[in-house]
Amino acid sequence: MTTHKDDKDIGTTGHSWDGIEELNNPLPRWWLWTLYGCIVWAVVYTILYPAWPMVSGATSGVLGWSTRGAVAEEIAAVDEAQSGLRAELEATDLNTLAANEPLHRFAVQAGGSLFANNCAQCHGAGAAGAKGYPNLLDDDWLWGGQIEQVAYTIRHGIRNEDDPDARYSQMPAFGEILTRPEIDTLVAHVQSLSSGADPLAGAGGEMFSANCVACHGEDAKGNRDMGAPNLTDAIWLYGSDTATLTTTISKARFGVMPAWGLRLDEAEVRALAAYVHQLGGGEATTEE
Amino acid sequence: MSETQKPTWLDRHSKIERNATLLMVFSFLVVTIGGIVEIAPLFWLENTIEEVEGVRPYSPLELAGRDIYVREGCYVCHSQMIRPMRDENERYGHYSLAAESMYDHPFQWGSKRTGPDLARVGGRYSDDWHVAHLSNPQSLVPESVMPKYDYLTRTRFEPETLTALMKTHRFVGVPYTDEMIENAVADANVQVNPDGDYDGLLERYPGAQVRSFDGQPGISEMDALVAYLQMLGTLVDFSTFQPDASR
Repeated sequence: MTTHKDDKDIGTTGHSWDGIEELNNPLPRWWLWTLYGCIVWAVVYTILYPAWPMVSGATSGVLGWSTRGAVAEEIAAVDEAQSGLRAELEATDLNTLAANEPLHRFAVQAGGSLFANNCAQCHGAGAAGAKGYPNLLDDDWLWGGQIEQVAYTIRHGIRNEDDPDARYSQMPAFGEILTRPEIDTLVAHVQSLSSGADPLAGAGGEMFSANCVACHGEDAKGNRDMGAPNLTDAIWLYGSDTATLTTTISKARFGVMPAWGLRLDEAEVRALAAYVHQLGGGEATTEE
Repeated sequence: MSETQKPTWLDRHSKIERNATLLMVFSFLVVTIGGIVEIAPLFWLENTIEEVEGVRPYSPLELAGRDIYVREGCYVCHSQMIRPMRDENERYGHYSLAAESMYDHPFQWGSKRTGPDLARVGGRYSDDWHVAHLSNPQSLVPESVMPKYDYLTRTRFEPETLTALMKTHRFVGVPYTDEMIENAVADANVQVNPDGDYDGLLERYPGAQVRSFDGQPGISEMDALVAYLQMLGTLVDFSTFQPDASR
């Protein structure tokens, strides 16, 4: 403890009003040194780091530090740490990826993060899809469920204008081709397919045969080369109620998926394919 | 002053305190220095914006969409500023450049992210997705707290207001030419019409996307807003962009 001086020893500022005098206490030493320390620190800081705005730009600081440099270094460090696994993932045959346990685990983990950031907005956080955006958990695939097919879909997307290799097909808008009663017949027929009706039977079957089999097949089980959905499995992308199906047939649908190969690198696309493939519906690769 | 303490150099300020004129002169001096330090750099503010290839003023339709974005208060929940940090770059893409918001009046950087950053949302989702999502966000993202903006599809956009809007932006520094302002209404009309003659539009606004954004005939406010969202962050080609490390 410092011993407190008597008021008389401190002295006054010389101000005096009605006999009340103002003591001239010095500022506490710790406070003063903190202030001086801060001033010195600020000067040193502005010399070391970017600080003073000048006419043609700010001073860059003798350390050469920059926000951009720092983030570039940080990204490079992480890339470097992952470069081995990334290179391995890019070089590996996707069909044998699942057999390589550590690499597969890396791909699925990375794919999960990428999915949450890039895919969940349409396909849902749990990949269960939404109206117009397919469920990725089931084994009902529009363009194929083998891992290479999934990777192609992710890389090039569907019906986008950015990638010439995007998967593409377009259903005709039958509202311009068929009459309304014909469409009503067709709607009822397509609704009945899920309960096992013969795709080619009856008046609806005739309509189906004349207009739909080219893409959806005589068995109505679809065609993955054209992204034509299976109409017999009671799984509906846009809905099976009469109003929705009437819109689908008369106006046609044109679902678009971006080409993620333009935004993500090859390792990321492959990681996503591995993640989606293991969600539940992934199909084993067959010779084509 | 006690006798044990000698007057120090710092004690001389008592002279200033006792002389009103001197106090005023020195006060003025201090305020002047402070003013110069704080105000002078603003005159050279332009040098903080590096020149970046590809950045252009908004096309009339995009500008109208931006107006709707501001009107609906999108900035309250969405920022448009990707900070130079690895996590943000991994999630949203390349950090934002000053040049990318140089024609924004007011800027939409924002400071709160209830929703995600939108600085590079352009091209990330399809037009259909944007329309469905803006109309009813929960139909696509059940956990979303975003309000529904379905009335935008039903609200006709009035391109007649564009001329005044663009003149206002020119007044605050956006380099819209007379030609751009004269063609404002036509440019807005043709940007949603891929069958129209949009060569002039593309010449004035390179890289503008031409299509019916909401899939309906005519221009709705939805068209304008989606046109704006789909161009956000797409003007700079980052495969050729070389960052100036000193910035």
